[in-house]
Amino acid sequence: MDKKRRDFLKIAGVSTLAGLGGTSVIGQMLSGSTPAEAGAAKEVSGHGNEHAPAAHGSNPHGSVAKSGKRLGMVIDLRKFRENPHLGEKVVEACHSTHNVPDFPNKKDEIKWTWLTEYEKAFTEHSHYYKDHSTLDHEVLVMCNHCDNPPCVRACPTRATFKNKEGIVAMDYHRCIGCRFCMAACPYGMRSFNWRDPRAGLDMNTINTRFPTRMRGVVEKCNFCAERVGIGKQPACVEACGSSKALVFGNLNDPNSEIRKVLKANYTIQRKPSLGTHPSVFYIV
Amino acid sequence: MFEKALKGNSYYWMWLAFLGALMSIAAICYLRQYNYGLGLTGMSRDVSWGLYISQFTFLVGVAAGGVMLVLPYYIHDYKAFGKITILGEFLAIAALLMCLTFIVADLGQPLRMLNVIIHAQPGSMLFYDMIVLNGYLFLNILCGWVILTSERKGIHPPKWIYFFVYLSIPFAVSIHTVTAMLYCGLPGRHFWLSAIVAPRFLASAFAAGPALIVVVALILRRVANFDAGKEAINKMVTIIIYAALINVFFVGLEFFVGFYSNIPGHKHTLQYLFFGLEHHGHIYNNLVPFMKAFVLLFVVGIGLISLPYTRYNKNDIWLGLGCAAIFISFWLDKGVGFVLGGFVPTPLEEVVEYYPAANEIFITIGIWAMGAFILTVLYKIAISVEHEIEA
Repeated sequence: MDKKRRDFLKIAGVSTLAGLGGTSVIGQMLSGSTPAEAGAAKEVSGHGNEHAPAAHGSNPHGSVAKSGKRLGMVIDLRKFRENPHLGEKVVEACHSTHNVPDFPNKKDEIKWTWLTEYEKAFTEHSHYYKDHSTLDHEVLVMCNHCDNPPCVRACPTRATFKNKEGIVAMDYHRCIGCRFCMAACPYGMRSFNWRDPRAGLDMNTINTRFPTRMRGVVEKCNFCAERVGIGKQPACVEACGSSKALVFGNLNDPNSEIRKVLKANYTIQRKPSLGTHPSVFYIV
Repeated sequence: MFEKALKGNSYYWMWLAFLGALMSIAAICYLRQYNYGLGLTGMSRDVSWGLYISQFTFLVGVAAGGVMLVLPYYIHDYKAFGKITILGEFLAIAALLMCLTFIVADLGQPLRMLNVIIHAQPGSMLFYDMIVLNGYLFLNILCGWVILTSERKGIHPPKWIYFFVYLSIPFAVSIHTVTAMLYCGLPGRHFWLSAIVAPRFLASAFAAGPALIVVVALILRRVANFDAGKEAINKMVTIIIYAALINVFFVGLEFFVGFYSNIPGHKHTLQYLFFGLEHHGHIYNNLVPFMKAFVLLFVVGIGLISLPYTRYNKNDIWLGLGCAAIFISFWLDKGVGFVLGGFVPTPLEEVVEYYPAANEIFITIGIWAMGAFILTVLYKIAISVEHEIEA
């Protein structure tokens, strides 16, 4: 019995390995990096800490650190307050684009982005005597695509990883479902497929351009790596139309729109004290 | 030597049959879980680890606890442990096999588990945990088997085995240290993010492991005509007392840091575990009875094994009950409270309580039964060899 099981596992391991060959090719296609960008990212060696060079004055690597690509987002909560239905529209756009199942039982829940109260999104900030508009409106939360992601550190198989554009992505075919990343994420942004996700989807209306997942793997917001790779904006950004409620772009490019928005507005981030360096900024 | 396990009285076979029945139920439940997914458990995206991982965490400690026999015997040449050191090594084997089974039961995609080796990530603590757990399992099988075989033949164990015996001592410490590091290196989980987790795990392990061995040794004296020896039991009880006190001292330090500093994040989980956490007008307290039992059983247990009247009583039932109380107490502390409590509150400061589902409870019981089954068979072999030598 024991021996049979071991043989079975061996075969399972080898076939997984064979399967992975295929996924890595798809993964490369999806990431859509040109060789030039890939080279630039290599030079940066996954480092995008912009604060360090400034703090130390003459960091010899300072200029290099800024040349790689690091995608980020600014969420302008003022625009969401002006247009109360925008939040739901954004969530709906994300979830339908990525075939995120809808389960009525909260225990099975899967979500990539959602609206939550200010005090839940910003647990480190003071909540005493908050003004009406802050209390009455909800905040859009999603994966922060941290520059220093604890989930990637925890993952025992590199099923979750930071790609060359700074996106924290998932390989659903490599994930063993240990859920270490879920314990490691300090923002609670990861979901697990507790059951077959197709049971929570209308298979006639799914987006056939994005895969549905299998049970037993973790998933989360992927900054629409599959859309960004072919030059499109993320689905949530597109859903905002021309309102500029969400601004998406390269944080390491000083001339990008997102950098201009960041320069012109006071922004905050979720749990900055943990040193994860989120790539998502909020204008409150 | 396996043939020794095939000869036993009717109680022996009835006990194994009982355990086998529990294992069969668990196997059916696991098939259900395998076919449906982990949705058959009580876990959710907010409490993403449940009974399986909490049992795993506790049992790593039970496995490491065996070193409290190995170390005095081999390093300090404490002869009184000569007869029972093998019990510690075999307990480690059974406990580690339970640990590994609990991990597999918890995986969403168990067929991919070799990815941990194929795509090894030296940055992940789970990678090191896999190495030290399997390493310690291998060392205990090797040392236990070689030394028992030598004893049976009436010869000294080969010299080379001592290298592995000594190696197993840091391995015992490492398995529980690395298991603690699974938790205490995660940012944003305040209850786990504490440097005292590893020492606390070790202290609780060095109490719970020997406590189980004392209970089993007292049972074996009655049912298997195996006498561990008064001196050995007495020394083990001393070890249990110190380790248990240190564990509770460490828990007390967590309370001091949380409540004196008055930092909400450091208090929340302790409040939730021991008193109930008030959140938006509702009090969440489903683990409070377990934590109260932890404290109560600790006080009762430490009393029974420390007070001379019960400790040295001719009727060793008090000593056995005391050790059982300590074992169950620390199971509640680490096998229930520590892991489950760490998820409350969630990173968004919501409170979601976890209630294990029937299916996962049966699987959990079945894996414990599997451990008891393996332990029974191994102890049967060890004791039969002892009897053979004496005869």
